[in-house]
Amino acid sequence: MTQAKSSINRRSFLKSSALAGGGLMLSFTWLSSFKEAGKLTDPELADKWIELTSYIKITPDNQIKILNPNPEFGQNVMTSLPMIIAEELDADWQTIIVEMGPHDNMKLGPQFTGGSNSVRMYWKPLREAGAAARQMLLSAAAQTWNVPMEELSTKDGIIHHVKSGKSGNYGQFATKAATIPVPKDAKLKEIKNFNVVRNSKKNVEGQKIVTGKPLFGMDYKQEGMLIAMIEHPPAFGMKLKSFDASETLKMPGITDVFKQELYPEDFEQGGFDTRTFNDLLVVVGKSTWEVMNARKKLKVTWEPRGDAKDVFGGRGGKREVIVPGALESTDAQRKKMQELASQPAQELRKDGDPEAAFKNAAQIIERTYNAPFLAHNCMEPMNFFAHVTEDKAVLAGPLQAPGWTEPMLSKLLGLPPEKIEIQMTRMGGGFGRRAYGHYLGEAALISKKTKAPIKLIYSREDDMTYGIYRPMYTATYRAALDANKNLIGFHVKGGGIPEHPVHANRFPAGAIDNYLAEGWSIPSNITIGAFRAPRSNFNAAAEQSFLDELAEAMGKDPIDFRLELLKRAKENPVGKNNDYNPDRYASVLQLVKEKSGWNGAENKKYSRGVAAYFCHNSYAAHVIDFIIKDGKPVVEQVFSAVDCGIVVNLDAATNMVQGAVVDGIGNALYGALTHKEGAAEQNNFHRYKIIRMNEAPQKIEVHFVQNDLDPTGLGEPPFPPVFGALANALYKATGKRYYDQPYGPQLNPRRAF
Amino acid sequence: MISLTINNKPYQLDIDPNTPLLWVLRDHLDLVGTKFGCGLAQCGACTVHLNGEAIRSCVTKVSRAEGQKVVTIEGLSDTGEHPVQKAWLELDVAQCGYCQTGQIMSAAVLLNQNKNPTDKDIDAAMSGNICRCGTYLRIREAIHLAAEIQQKNG
Ligand code: FES
Ligand code: FES
Repeated sequence: MTQAKSSINRRSFLKSSALAGGGLMLSFTWLSSFKEAGKLTDPELADKWIELTSYIKITPDNQIKILNPNPEFGQNVMTSLPMIIAEELDADWQTIIVEMGPHDNMKLGPQFTGGSNSVRMYWKPLREAGAAARQMLLSAAAQTWNVPMEELSTKDGIIHHVKSGKSGNYGQFATKAATIPVPKDAKLKEIKNFNVVRNSKKNVEGQKIVTGKPLFGMDYKQEGMLIAMIEHPPAFGMKLKSFDASETLKMPGITDVFKQELYPEDFEQGGFDTRTFNDLLVVVGKSTWEVMNARKKLKVTWEPRGDAKDVFGGRGGKREVIVPGALESTDAQRKKMQELASQPAQELRKDGDPEAAFKNAAQIIERTYNAPFLAHNCMEPMNFFAHVTEDKAVLAGPLQAPGWTEPMLSKLLGLPPEKIEIQMTRMGGGFGRRAYGHYLGEAALISKKTKAPIKLIYSREDDMTYGIYRPMYTATYRAALDANKNLIGFHVKGGGIPEHPVHANRFPAGAIDNYLAEGWSIPSNITIGAFRAPRSNFNAAAEQSFLDELAEAMGKDPIDFRLELLKRAKENPVGKNNDYNPDRYASVLQLVKEKSGWNGAENKKYSRGVAAYFCHNSYAAHVIDFIIKDGKPVVEQVFSAVDCGIVVNLDAATNMVQGAVVDGIGNALYGALTHKEGAAEQNNFHRYKIIRMNEAPQKIEVHFVQNDLDPTGLGEPPFPPVFGALANALYKATGKRYYDQPYGPQLNPRRAF
Repeated sequence: MISLTINNKPYQLDIDPNTPLLWVLRDHLDLVGTKFGCGLAQCGACTVHLNGEAIRSCVTKVSRAEGQKVVTIEGLSDTGEHPVQKAWLELDVAQCGYCQTGQIMSAAVLLNQNKNPTDKDIDAAMSGNICRCGTYLRIREAIHLAAEIQQKNG
């Protein structure tokens, strides 16, 4: 934790950061015509802020501001992280001002949104920061009133000394408190005394959202700012050969057309520097529509790129990867996957003697599951503002992990990190896509070249066809049963383009004596990356459908069957490194069983499917109920049970689980990105179907397991098991098993794709 | 020169009459509450009111709005006093929030034309608006709540 700064230090810090074009400078110029929208940017007030720990600022007249460290993409961190601080600070939540913090890993921690980590990784540091600030205020009051600190108490931001009847607000003591060193061991609240956390607090930006105030990168604007768009190759495996921009340059408002290389040859990429194309054809102009229009006038020749080399840096040392140049098509990819699936693969985990188990089996059940590439389709297309000058770079927009992108920018621009300012705006969705900051590199280079502040905007077509997708996956599951229908062997062999999905140490590993997990992959030039619960989002569909089928073959109830396996994993686990907690896993199954009235006669009218999954340190289970309406199966209702430890903001957490369920249903039924000769066959929402209001269930009932465990992930864990529960419910509704995603077209073959 | 009336304010603009209303609002008038999602009348993020009807401003030429009455989210109520906005806040509908101004504008027209919509009416009226975060259930609930607020307000 950093030292507290006095108000004087704070002022000079403000000045210097303003001069350096720091975060606050940016806020002042952020759509100046909307100043009234953000009273926080009032410079006069800003001058009075006194910093108590790096997350908390208080004015002498008792305004309390909490900085949210982590980027907000709809997971509610802008509200729930400050709630954690407010809890320990013992401040009055109603009066707190929340502001998005600047990118400053030294002061504000890791600052990334990904892996369902926001609340998990900030839980302890934010509690400590709140408690430390409270203790500093108490010390200041004790000194001022000349009473022992132990005799002081706080409530809603007021310090009380009961004996003398004295009381005062935090603001009164802020100046003095800031001179006290930040304590390292401030006492944390007892969980049972929480009164902010575990409640439901409204989204702190709700008012701005419903009134359409500028919040998103797309809304960012600066004096003299130009708009840039990139014309990419029409297909993966292609590159720019030549172009004629004469017609484009004649179009109104167009200022520049040029070719821009993103990474120089042998550029050492970090893990999140994935980019789809390296040669960019850039069109710059005065307004978005003018640029969009002028793009259409470009005359471009593209050519096959051939095999290419990518260089990766990082901890493991330098690594070279050859990216194949072929123009890939989905049908051919599927065939190739089938071929590879029958060849030897890499062993990932082996328990007991699976070969013998399968040899001695009375019955073997084998099923193969497939899933396509998925595009993230964030509602707000990729975009970023950049203003790069000789000695500094200022960027603003939607990004999940500024600390992962900054090193790339630093290398590309030849600027030290402290000369690079990344301002995080609210994101119109992320789902993993915005962990890959190549578009900041693109924006920065365009600004550098044009010597102007620019905003790079992707059209929906750009966003969808030049994505960093969820990989294409397949997995074959095999189960060996003995003559008494006991499960004696289990085998999963998963593969994918360009990575396999297998989590070898996840359930049901640990519950079966003879177990084998294998993986294989096929390299590709189609760029892939994290997509809400990477790999799990496929595994939970395949594995949970397979377990359902297995339970049926064994004559068991699907929930009881899973609970039996979990009991085995708890009492007598097989192997080492099982990465789940069988009790917590079982608890979500039991909860969903109870809440859904699983075997209740009143629910016979539904075609029910169940699934559960563990990922990102949390557990989730769903029961999905279909009914037949007008001859078509329709999702009527969903029951969800989640164990993510302490739930910080109950209503927001419920919203997120409901959203994950809708997202899961949508992607399971409709999600697919296919390619022909390297070109994406879906380029906008008329071809890529997203679930809509009329397809959403009537009810999604969310239940959380009650415990006092430190919070774990929530954005991702409820998503994967939706796929399995949906497939299992569809089986009940139609009498047919579904092995290939998306399931929708198989239900209604006349549907567009 | 094109003369526009947006949120009861007159504007004179020297602009290509083929420019979509969306980009006039966002780029030229700084009314950025109206969002760009697809540019193809597929997602509803850009929904505004043209003479009281919900239209997709991304495919509506600004010339079509000339001399007509345009209302954007900023004009619905800048302070969030419209029953739909109130209901949205009450139920904390938003996740990322990017689609919500479009959803609100569609819902406001629905409630203008149908004081007490059923779930079926809502599904029909709102199916043009995508929410990638999946907040549909809350949107449905919020529209029912807005209908109640509207009725109480008389
Ligand atoms: S942006 Fe107009 S409908 Fe999508
Ligand atoms: S709230 Fe994110 S798209 Fe609707």
